[in-house]
Amino acid sequence: MNEISVLPIDVAGGIILLWIALGLIGLALQRSPSMICRLVFPLGAALALLLAATGLWALAETPNIAVLPLGLPDLPLHLRLDPLSAFFLILLGGTAFGVSLYSAGYFKTMAGGMLGLLSLEYHLFLASMALVILADDAYMFMVAWESMALSSYFLVTTDHKIPDIRRAGFLYLLIAHVGAIAILLSFGVMQAGHGIAAYTFDAMRATPLSSFWSSVAFLLALFGFGAKAGVLPMHVWLPEAHPAAPSPVSALMSGVMLKTAIYGFLRVTFDLLDVHLWWWGVLVLALGLLTAVFGVIFAAVQGDMKRLLAYSSIENIGLLLVGIGLTIIFHVYGKNALAALSLTATLYHSLNHAFFKSLLFIGTGSILHATGERNMGRLGGLIRRMPWVAVTLLIGVLSIAGLPPFNGFISEWLLLQAFLLSPGLPNTHINMLIPVAAAVIALAAALAAYVMVKFYGIIFLGQFREPGLADAHDAGWWERLGLVWLASACIVLGLAPVYVVQKLDFVTKMLLGQGLGNSTSGWLFVAPVDIERASYSPVYFLLAVLGVMSVTAWVVHHYYHGRVSRVPAWDCGFPAQTARMQDTAEGFGQPIRRLFEPFFKIEREMPSPFDVHPRYHGQSDDKIWFFLYLPIKLMVQSLSSWTSLIQHGRIHVYLLYTFVTLIVLLAFV
Amino acid sequence: MDHINLALGIIFQLCQSLLVVALAPLLTGWVGQCRAWLQNRTGPGLLQPYRTLHKLFLKDALLADNASPLFRVTPYILFGCMWLAAAIIPIIAIDLPFSQAADVIALVGVFALARVFIALAAMDIGTSFGSMGARREMLVSFLAEPALLMVFFASSLISHSTQLPHIVETFSHHAFVLYPSLAFASIAFLMILLAENARIPVDNPSTHLELTMIHEAMILEYSARHLALVEWAVSLKLFAYISIGIALFFPYGIAEVGNWGALPLAIVALLLKLTAAGAGLAGLETILAKMRIFRVPEFLGTAFLLAVLGLLIHFLLGA
Repeated sequence: MNEISVLPIDVAGGIILLWIALGLIGLALQRSPSMICRLVFPLGAALALLLAATGLWALAETPNIAVLPLGLPDLPLHLRLDPLSAFFLILLGGTAFGVSLYSAGYFKTMAGGMLGLLSLEYHLFLASMALVILADDAYMFMVAWESMALSSYFLVTTDHKIPDIRRAGFLYLLIAHVGAIAILLSFGVMQAGHGIAAYTFDAMRATPLSSFWSSVAFLLALFGFGAKAGVLPMHVWLPEAHPAAPSPVSALMSGVMLKTAIYGFLRVTFDLLDVHLWWWGVLVLALGLLTAVFGVIFAAVQGDMKRLLAYSSIENIGLLLVGIGLTIIFHVYGKNALAALSLTATLYHSLNHAFFKSLLFIGTGSILHATGERNMGRLGGLIRRMPWVAVTLLIGVLSIAGLPPFNGFISEWLLLQAFLLSPGLPNTHINMLIPVAAAVIALAAALAAYVMVKFYGIIFLGQFREPGLADAHDAGWWERLGLVWLASACIVLGLAPVYVVQKLDFVTKMLLGQGLGNSTSGWLFVAPVDIERASYSPVYFLLAVLGVMSVTAWVVHHYYHGRVSRVPAWDCGFPAQTARMQDTAEGFGQPIRRLFEPFFKIEREMPSPFDVHPRYHGQSDDKIWFFLYLPIKLMVQSLSSWTSLIQHGRIHVYLLYTFVTLIVLLAFV
Repeated sequence: MDHINLALGIIFQLCQSLLVVALAPLLTGWVGQCRAWLQNRTGPGLLQPYRTLHKLFLKDALLADNASPLFRVTPYILFGCMWLAAAIIPIIAIDLPFSQAADVIALVGVFALARVFIALAAMDIGTSFGSMGARREMLVSFLAEPALLMVFFASSLISHSTQLPHIVETFSHHAFVLYPSLAFASIAFLMILLAENARIPVDNPSTHLELTMIHEAMILEYSARHLALVEWAVSLKLFAYISIGIALFFPYGIAEVGNWGALPLAIVALLLKLTAAGAGLAGLETILAKMRIFRVPEFLGTAFLLAVLGLLIHFLLGA
């Protein structure tokens, strides 16, 4: 009779505690780095997998609530595991499993003391991301949010002896905190002056807000979460912080941490606020389109592989925002089936992006270890030396380029279907915006393919651009495990969309009251509306292409022959081929730079034909930095120089100020 | 009855797949022959592509020393993708069961998949022409692909479906109604067809000057059976694009669902349409001049804008 029932939230809480404990164990074990690698990281990975399983379990359950006996007096901490949180826990757990396995191999060369600290920060980072997702009151949320920002700051500045990395870390921390202030204010608005008792999310849900105050809360949330996600113009920290951090950390930051911002934004917009206005959707849609195009154009001209991936993350965040914007628009006009479709596309894309972007980032980590080089212009030909990394990254590249039958294609397909179903909205202006938005999305997706051909082709294909690359070694076994896990996730998510869409229904039902439901037809065909309108079956697709390929190969080899001989490359008979005749990263991006010149601030140093030592130098910078951030910086500097008029650093002056203030106050009383 | 229809549909699907793969080189031969006639040459005859393919299959394949497996497998992927694309477009009868597995958006995805692989294979050997070709191909495609998607969107919005059989069914019923959005889309589609199939004015399929090449620069390193498969895939791609044009803009004469008796007439209609389209393509190529590579984005940008304009018109006028 004394049955103890374990709820998913208990398990999730246990995992978070164990992660923190593992971090501490790692710190205690700093004398033996091999133990940290062989024990702490694999255990952390196992916990991550368990967390993903818990999320899967909780998806279909009714929301679990837990009140912790912790916190400030009269302010206990609340946790809640509902379908939205469960989905993001799956995302976190699934990605972290692969990245932690990979980390077990990646960090094995690191010195013990540093590794102990890193393992503590790493596991705290994971635990705080899980807490952000589980938090059910503003206080808990902000504590988790800040510990996430701080632990990731320390992870970014792992190599803190390099000044550039310290600078990147500072920029990240600064923007994270500006965002955090906005989020805090947003919660404050939603609390609506109901005092301290209204700080739980439940109370915020129950508080009716006027449309003005709802809009204020919404805009603050958009700014705050946008700063964390890298939405234009708060994106500047991403291309600095991602290359600075160790690769597994960049993988987690880009794959998961950016998604916690998406989570928070969804939570505030669809769960906590009950008023929705159409212009919110238009604003988010427009911001998303700008961010997507900006990100992908800048990705195309990068020479550093991790910067390229960081800009590509900005693009993907833009696509997610477009999905959210569409959802808001459809929701406002009462078209909940369409809202469910675009929300499904958004959530699906979050999951996809978590997997393929982490895969690509840890892949760059292996390349960095094998060659010591982040500049793509000094890489090349690695497919011949690093087959494991090359094959898994090829899957990642095809996925992120949105090609069938991989996972990136499905979320894109769902999003485009949502656009196609949108005519008939009662607002003419939005009706005109929608086709333009669809065109921009299609353009961004096609450019993403350009970027990924550049990324893969320059790094892995062609001849070795430096002689040292011929000795590059492939990833170790732990690293291969991580790579293979993430790559297989991309394939499975690409081949089993029906299953994923059914699971996502729990989330859309919770947020919008409607899911796509049984509109999928059989387990092979995704058909979001009905099979007459649109359907797609990746399994049949893959079978058909593979079938044709193998039949062709068999016929050719059987009826003709399979003879092959190896000869020097032809290259139109040009004999003196060198590696320097291949396109560099800059060369491959040159058409894009030329076409989209107004987007960039370009500095070029062209040698004259008579130079004895000709030197070419070209740099494309972000205009926003110069137009927005530098003026702000100058303003802050001049403001602080004004304050120096009253700040002299002498104690008697301050005592005088105190005295004068007291006198003035007394005069009022 | 449903089962019989499904079985017939599957049989027909197989037949059409075999038919397109057999006919595609003939179409390429026909375009080449027309070009020859227009240039006052005798021309090699309609069957030349088959003779070339046979000759290439007989030869020993030469692979560059550093070619990776990616380079060897790409011709098969290319061939598979293009065959799949050409096989799912309804040109003879509307009933194609496999079309449900891949709608128009997936069709654009198939073309993109093939393109990414051929661009990667071009970079694999690491020659200067290979990476130049890959870069130019991606430059052409990043504007052509969204434009093609917009053309499909314009027709999907009219027929309320992204599945080709439903789109074609809608259009073949509304005989000779002129949709303003489709008028824009058809001009855009013609420009995309020229660009995506490496035809003049964007690229020249019979060029021998390496510096002007786009598509040919990418396949310079291929030989023998690999080259044969690439060439066949290129024929299939041209066939698929012309099929799309026929399916979207001239579907008249196609056999309706379940009406298998109309097949002979539909096949005759298709052959007439393909003949006319091939001759028209050759005529266009003869009167146009190839443009500089940096004029290409303007050309394709125009196509993209026209397609978007078509879409906008649909949203505004509802037609």
